[in-house]
Amino acid sequence: MSTLPELVCPAGSLPALKTAIDHGADAVYMGLKNETNARNFAGLNFDEKSAAAGIRYAHDKGRKVLMAINTFAQGVDISRWQRAVDQAADLGVDAVILADIGLMDYACRRHPRLRLHMSVQGSATNYEAVNLARERFGVVRAVLPRVLTVDQVRHVIEHTDVEIEVFGFGSLCVMVEGRCLLSSYATGESPNTHGVCSPAKFVRWEQEGAATASRLNGILIDRYGAGEAAGYPTLCKGRFDVEGDTYYALEEPTSLNVLEVLPSLLEIGVAAIKVEGRQRSPAYVAQVTQTLRAALDEAARNPQRFSVKPAWQAALAKVAEGQQQTLGAYSRPWK
Amino acid sequence: MRVPDLTLPPLFASVVSRLPATPPNLALVTLLNQLLKRGVLPADMSLLAGRHFAVDVLDAGLRLRFGADDNGFVLDDGHAEPDLRFAANASDLARMMLREEDPDTLFFNRKLTIEGDTELGLIVKNLLDSVDWSETPLARFMAA
Ligand code: SF4
Repeated sequence: MSTLPELVCPAGSLPALKTAIDHGADAVYMGLKNETNARNFAGLNFDEKSAAAGIRYAHDKGRKVLMAINTFAQGVDISRWQRAVDQAADLGVDAVILADIGLMDYACRRHPRLRLHMSVQGSATNYEAVNLARERFGVVRAVLPRVLTVDQVRHVIEHTDVEIEVFGFGSLCVMVEGRCLLSSYATGESPNTHGVCSPAKFVRWEQEGAATASRLNGILIDRYGAGEAAGYPTLCKGRFDVEGDTYYALEEPTSLNVLEVLPSLLEIGVAAIKVEGRQRSPAYVAQVTQTLRAALDEAARNPQRFSVKPAWQAALAKVAEGQQQTLGAYSRPWK
Repeated sequence: MRVPDLTLPPLFASVVSRLPATPPNLALVTLLNQLLKRGVLPADMSLLAGRHFAVDVLDAGLRLRFGADDNGFVLDDGHAEPDLRFAANASDLARMMLREEDPDTLFFNRKLTIEGDTELGLIVKNLLDSVDWSETPLARFMAA
């Protein structure tokens, strides 16, 4: 039995960062207020001053801060991405989370002592890719896309020295991360290029009688009846008319929740468990962080007799998108 | 402290009771400007200037209206169509403000309606989330 994985929690703002630390996160991840990170939402994220304050707060309590610079440098001018790496190093973050290999190359040359994590957007799903990133750029940790079964994650871990981080809770992005073109199709912008999947300027929520309709650049994503739970207006979670049948043609609005397989994840030796949701409020961060903290501690104390407490499931169910939860790819009995 | 269901929470009640003659819109605008001046509300006014806001407290039958300019929040004559409208019951609004409940959760559950300019909605939501109440006397009211 290996050591307990790090609990890595989202921080979209300074209060969210403090909340995560106060509720038991071992590390938080955050981004700057620009398109260099995959949650580039209006009013979200950190400037230099709040980043410095957040890092100080975390370090004072012996916790870590990771900076996500996980979009792909665009166009002729990639200086903004390079500057973000420089800023992260100057601020004294514990690691940067990168997706773009050009940027990894820059970071490892310019800041040889800066720890590099490979972002989920880097889309490394096998140990060859992970090991290559270590060989070429000195990557010390890779975040695996949410497309592998527990056995497949184990296979990666068995064949690499790179620490492996997996997702533990949060909204699901159904495509192999970093390869989704759905939002580009609808809006010309995508998580990999502009750091957002459904750019707010393209989103319209409209009351249509008792129903609420969501549109992305004019494309009807869904129409929710009076009491029906809504979801994020992403194309992958819309209901579409396919040959006369209207249904969730790609994926239902749902959240990943790994509580059920937590002992297996510990057993195979994942180095860190990540919570999605930098766009969510401190209230969400508090609820999810304290629940996963309790579950992890319990699993460590009592791996053989670990069982998921109903109170944990209830707490997570409440904040889940679409109020549904799934083990996602971790469990694919038919594989 | 948890906000109980269906009753107006003590914080609101006590504030309102101390301001018997003050119209709610003025009280709200004054409060917002105070928070702005003390740096508690880290608002970039250039993003809000010229926009009109409405907050509907559904169960209280209260409609709050205000606007913004480059220097702060202002009273709104209420003629212009709001660019952004939040609507919810008092207890859910209180839960959101006191960080017991996440706005996205309320929104997914259809307890919070956000209408109008989605980007402006996101700016306002993220602004509320970025207020560091621990720096203010209100901290003791916030969800632990
Ligand atoms: S459209 Fe869906 S699958 Fe594609 S990036 Fe957005 S959330 Fe992920």
